[in-house]
Amino acid sequence: MTSIRALIVDDSSVMRKIVERSLRQAGIELASVLEAGNGAEALSALESNPVDLILCDINMPVMDGMEFVKKLPGVPNAKGVPVVMITTEGSESHVAEALSHGARGYIRKPFTSDQVREQILPILAARS
Amino acid sequence: MTTNAAATAAVSPQEWPSLLEAAAREVFELMLGCQLKQAAEARDERLEFTSMVGLAGQLCGVLSVHCNSQGATLMASKMLNIAPDKVGPQRDDALGEVCNMIAGNFKNKIPGLSEGCLLSPPTVITGNDYSMHSLGGSRSVQVGMAFDTLPLVISLEVNG
Repeated sequence: MTSIRALIVDDSSVMRKIVERSLRQAGIELASVLEAGNGAEALSALESNPVDLILCDINMPVMDGMEFVKKLPGVPNAKGVPVVMITTEGSESHVAEALSHGARGYIRKPFTSDQVREQILPILAARS
Repeated sequence: MTTNAAATAAVSPQEWPSLLEAAAREVFELMLGCQLKQAAEARDERLEFTSMVGLAGQLCGVLSVHCNSQGATLMASKMLNIAPDKVGPQRDDALGEVCNMIAGNFKNKIPGLSEGCLLSPPTVITGNDYSMHSLGGSRSVQVGMAFDTLPLVISLEVNG
């Protein structure tokens, strides 16, 4: 698998680092990692930075993860880019809502790198 | 603060302590790579770091995690995989995120509650010269654990 450019969106800087580490532990080679503290920051980052994968929390200030995924279809650099939600909100309705807005996967916190691998590798494989 | 009958019917409040403990153990094992132990004995110690997450909906109240400075630093150290003396402002962030994950994991263990209960963003308080007053008569559940020999207390306050 070629190395990818990831965008990690979470209001916790500690959690962003954990997600990045989990991606590496899952065997995903990262060419670059872009970080954003909420959906608005992520949209701004996407204006000038194309990415291959977006990992996004749901509960965030300013713009939450659901609002962010709803806006992604209008973002040129996000066209066809898979989004995986990583969140403590584990309800079926949250999962369904995220998927209906275009998210491709859903990982509940706390998680293992195995769960990250199982969710993300097939998504990346299907894209390549 | 109110407790919805559907949530309490699914799991008796008597089971909350064991569910809280299981939720905390999973968070520490999966995200910090360490095992919580039973507290050897009740320690009369003021824990100056508190992280709180509000619960709203079928179950209303506050879940809080209390620890000392060493404990909060060690959490960040383990989450970031850095030495404790390298931990800076991430300490509060780590403690808040631990509380957030325990709260989410706890509610997901009660059938029906994950749908009907929302979490607030975490708040971290340092210092121990404060009192907390909940609205209405509240029910309190407290679980004492040991995190690498350091004290860790998880509390859940709900009405009911």
